[in-house]
Amino acid sequence: MLTDQQIRELEETARHLRVEVLKMLHTSQSGHTGGSLSAIDVMTVLYYQRMRHNPSNPAWEDRDRFVLSKGHAAPALYACLAGCDYFPREDLKTLRRLGSHLQGHPDMNKTPGVDVCTGSLGQGISQAVGLAMAARLGSRPSRVYTLLGDGEVQEGQVWEAAMSAAHYGLGNLCAIVDQNGLQIDGATEDVMNVGPLGPKFLAFNWHVLEVDGHDIQAINRAFDEAEAETERPTAIIARTVKGKGVSFFEHKASYHGVAPSDDELERALAALSLR
Amino acid sequence: MSEKIATRDVYGQTLVELGRENNKIVVLDADLSGSTKTKLFSKEFPERFFNAGIAEANMTGMAAGLAAGGMIPFASTFAVFAAGRAFEQIRQSIAYPGMNVKIVATHGGITVGEDGGSHQSVEDLAIMRSLPKMTVLCPADGPETGAAIRAAAAYEGPVYVRLGRGKVPVVFDQDCDFTIGKGVTLRDGSDLTFIGTGLMTAEALKAAEILAEENISARVVHIGTIKPLDIDLVLKAARETGAVVTAEEHSVIGGLGGAVCEALAEGFPVPVERVGLRDEFGQSGTADELLSHYGLTAAHLVEAAERILARK
Repeated sequence: MLTDQQIRELEETARHLRVEVLKMLHTSQSGHTGGSLSAIDVMTVLYYQRMRHNPSNPAWEDRDRFVLSKGHAAPALYACLAGCDYFPREDLKTLRRLGSHLQGHPDMNKTPGVDVCTGSLGQGISQAVGLAMAARLGSRPSRVYTLLGDGEVQEGQVWEAAMSAAHYGLGNLCAIVDQNGLQIDGATEDVMNVGPLGPKFLAFNWHVLEVDGHDIQAINRAFDEAEAETERPTAIIARTVKGKGVSFFEHKASYHGVAPSDDELERALAALSLR
Repeated sequence: MSEKIATRDVYGQTLVELGRENNKIVVLDADLSGSTKTKLFSKEFPERFFNAGIAEANMTGMAAGLAAGGMIPFASTFAVFAAGRAFEQIRQSIAYPGMNVKIVATHGGITVGEDGGSHQSVEDLAIMRSLPKMTVLCPADGPETGAAIRAAAAYEGPVYVRLGRGKVPVVFDQDCDFTIGKGVTLRDGSDLTFIGTGLMTAEALKAAEILAEENISARVVHIGTIKPLDIDLVLKAARETGAVVTAEEHSVIGGLGGAVCEALAEGFPVPVERVGLRDEFGQSGTADELLSHYGLTAAHLVEAAERILARK
């Protein structure tokens, strides 16, 4: 249970991270705005509250792992990693530039703190399953977290991975679905309705929780419940808003892969710092 | 070359030996552990064996994750499913990050036999060879397979190993070495060079014997590493013999024949005949019938040698 003070601090951190994401995307003029903003609150709780990690030793064996299966939300991950001092904040300006260590999608060989390469949807969760198996084989206390998009779960491989995680009883694995309801071509339920998601994971023998993905206390409580379940993997269906935090980006599929213009950045930063 | 051993049998036995020596070795399969012979490992090390079920894409990702967690995974299934169905998973989750995963594909080529064209991989070497960071091995026989699997385990990075289904003639000594990236000259010769891979190396040796009776001196080079290709050895053979015949149980497009032609075109162009499948899928039949039907026998190699000597 987080105190009011802790919640305020995490909310403030999330607000800062949103500002970083917007500035980064504005500078690069390329990248995914909507899905980065919807994922920020869950990732803030993970990086600043839940995960055992050590930015001065990214290769620490017993660390918890984070797999950004929805790899296009890389700006959110980079904002968290820079915020945790894995690399200088200054580097965020190089996003998607030639020679940068901040690739368009996460690259473990280029960016300190990135645990696996992702970007091709549906593949991160399988790697997370393998990481959870490796942690168990090595008798390591690591927990493995993976964040998926709700469009991403249309990939059949996600359900192959879900099957295997339950089959192998990976209680150290937690998958979070960032359910913002939108994908590039429109509403997820219109493009290909894969819902209801909770019952699907439940049917694959997962422990399933559903939360408001912007409620810091609720997110943290879900991670508490996930950790208490040791026999089954946990799926947290996080209801989120695409573009969350900037009113004119919210609920718009058209901002899936569009960076803010000069004017939009100005209005967005004003809105975020007013709150 | 009277003794015959199936490369997949040696694979299964070698995995067990490696498992005893190194507890980081883990094995994955996709419901074919009896056929790929990984079942031997699963019996001795059940905690380090993961059956992914009939789900090759997820198996590939799990292998990548296990490697990211410090293990040395061997992921096995038939060549058509490994290089075909899981291609993009191999590309994104294994080759792109350079994960230390060994993909060992059995049932490569047309000698899968009666299951027919759907199960005969004639393109896996080409597909895997095109992937940056991927090392591609295709051993000739049982003894070399054991050495190749050991070399793959010791190598840090992604490796694809292509094995077969049936028993193949023994070419190498039981205690042979395998150095990734190095070919081997098995027989010296001056008129032309056979460059073989997989089971076709044994056919090349037979063809060289037949040609010797006609006073034609054929060199035989075995390429156990399709990528990185031993370009120096290939160019040396071209310089010294002036003609090359490649032999593979695979399409002539993009595999050994493709790799050799690329190296020769850039380094020392000489006439080349490529023996392999000529842009076609296989069909049902016994392994021997298929090898004969698709022109993959010593007799066909002799004909190719005669054609190339006329062009030389």
